[in-house]
Amino acid sequence: MKSWKELPIGAMIIEPGNSIEYNVAQWRVFRPVLDKNKCTKCGLCWIFCPEGAIVRNEDESYEVNLSFCKGCGICQRSCNVKAITMIKEEGL
Amino acid sequence: MKRVALSGNYAVAYAVKMADVDVIAAYPITPQTPIVEKLSEFVADGLLDAEYINVESEHSALSACIGSSLTGARTFTATSSQGLAYMHEVLFMASSLRTSIVMANVNRALSHPLNIWNDHSDAMAERDVGWIQFWVNSVQEAFDATIQAFKIAEEVLLPVMINLDGFILSHINEVLILPDEELVREFIPSKPLFNRLSPKLAYTIGVVGPPEYYYEMRYQIIDAIERSRKNINEVNREFGELFGRTYGNISTYMMEDADYALITMGAVSSTAKIVVDSLRKEGEKVGLISIRCFRPFPKNDIIEVFEDVKSIGVLDRALTPGGIGHPLFTEIVTTLYDSSKIIPVQSFVGGLGGRDITIDDFKQMYKIIKDVGLSGRRKPCIYIGLRE
Amino acid sequence: MLEIRWHGRGGQGVVTAAEILATAVVNEGKYAQAFAAFGPERRGAPVLAFTRINDNEILLRTQIYEPDIVVVLDKSLCNDNGVGRGLKKNGIAVVNTSSSPEVLLNIFPNASKIATVDATRIAIEKLGVPVTNTAILGALIRATRIVKIETIENVLKEKFKGVLAEKNFNAVKEAYERTLIFDRGGLL
Repeated sequence: MKSWKELPIGAMIIEPGNSIEYNVAQWRVFRPVLDKNKCTKCGLCWIFCPEGAIVRNEDESYEVNLSFCKGCGICQRSCNVKAITMIKEEGL
Repeated sequence: MKRVALSGNYAVAYAVKMADVDVIAAYPITPQTPIVEKLSEFVADGLLDAEYINVESEHSALSACIGSSLTGARTFTATSSQGLAYMHEVLFMASSLRTSIVMANVNRALSHPLNIWNDHSDAMAERDVGWIQFWVNSVQEAFDATIQAFKIAEEVLLPVMINLDGFILSHINEVLILPDEELVREFIPSKPLFNRLSPKLAYTIGVVGPPEYYYEMRYQIIDAIERSRKNINEVNREFGELFGRTYGNISTYMMEDADYALITMGAVSSTAKIVVDSLRKEGEKVGLISIRCFRPFPKNDIIEVFEDVKSIGVLDRALTPGGIGHPLFTEIVTTLYDSSKIIPVQSFVGGLGGRDITIDDFKQMYKIIKDVGLSGRRKPCIYIGLRE
Repeated sequence: MLEIRWHGRGGQGVVTAAEILATAVVNEGKYAQAFAAFGPERRGAPVLAFTRINDNEILLRTQIYEPDIVVVLDKSLCNDNGVGRGLKKNGIAVVNTSSSPEVLLNIFPNASKIATVDATRIAIEKLGVPVTNTAILGALIRATRIVKIETIENVLKEKFKGVLAEKNFNAVKEAYERTLIFDRGGLL
């Protein structure tokens, strides 16, 4: 780890958006699977996801970036049309 | 250059105006109020192009100053007593976020009982917040220290607190040599400082410091304030070249051949000089040391002048109830421990809550210091002027 | 060094008077201090202010316990407020009262000179309010010649705006003319 001399002053984090380097895929027990036929593109899962792991595409459809999904299931709870199912990760 | 009669408060306000500050955020409190009143007047009259932020408390005032200073704006605030105490947690943040805030703290006692008058309790309770602390002896020094403070704070990225005694200096009108504004600008040019809150940089500021990082971040403050000693001396030298007045980290009076020394801080040092003069006439080899820079503490400067002193008295104007010694006494005794000299140090407390420290009080202190020097034994702290 | 103690009541401009005098002294090239013994500041409450005057820089920062001059802005303070306390032998007292100076000898037994003027009446005449600070300055200058009256005029012009400066200086001049002095022959 960096010494006090190497760390930026004032505890500043000087690489913007560096949380992108933090992969949490290993944290999951369940992963969300989105049924695009049921999805009404309401965007509630996108709003409620605490990790910003739901990605909104240009055609306003949604998908999950599994590198940042911890498998909490909030998206499933927030979905009114039950388009999201939490499925157990294999090989656990 | 103009020779005027001005109060300590107004001297600070003029210094801040001449320093061309960008942002002022403050909350009024006696005896500091005239500083920010005058500054708000300067801003309202268009004489000072600054943002004057009205806030609802001292806590908010200093918080606003932190944001401002991080954008690289030259930033000033002022407070006293309860106001400084209310800033307590934010004081730590101002130093550890490495801001360059300059604050005038007009020293006043803390409640209870409610007291608006002068002592040093407010600033002494904030010894350990990582701010540079200056203490001044006159209206002129209050002005000069304010100008110097901006340069030091911006060089070392640590906030600076200028302490001037409430009423004794803040509300006295006395002679002030007011320099030309151009000369002040030459000393501290109005250049934009490093903007750490720029969206272009997108730095994250005000983060969580887990055990893996917090310790290193705190040590950076130790390193910064230690290194500031060099900047303080250099700024003082440059100031002397331009304005013809210099101040050391300590000021000494008749110490060259002194046997008995008194150590003070703030405006009372001035009165003590008169007593030194009168005791010298009676043949007593007495001297005076006044601490100007309390943080970082000028240990080496003090050790140098202690060469042949037989005994020392330390006048504290604040209390450390239940401690081994009151704040300044403790610093001096620790200094001596590092100097390998064994000199008895007598502790005094006086002038709490605006109680006047008179000529006779100083004479009494010098007499006791001499007795301690002759006997080699110090007494428990002596509370000067306390009704027994 | 010359030390002056001012006695007045909140609202009479006691502190301002001490400051105007100090500024005038500084403007004439000497050194001065003006300060007050601040307390709970209430209109009508007794107020103490001080002025020190010296040829050289003033180091002393205590209150003034043995003044050379005492100035009283309100006669009622003479009854029971220790206005004469500590006045040096051969000192000077300047009092706002309609009575003659000799009447005050028992209050200022140390005084070599006592000056009186009806500053309240002058203030009401010239300013329209019973703010006696500038009028009493006229009497003080008459009794002591500490500063030139023109220097006071300039300080007033800096301190007050427009017609107010003029009115206040008229009060100074009027008091200067009407001051009665009882002189036992002293130092000043």
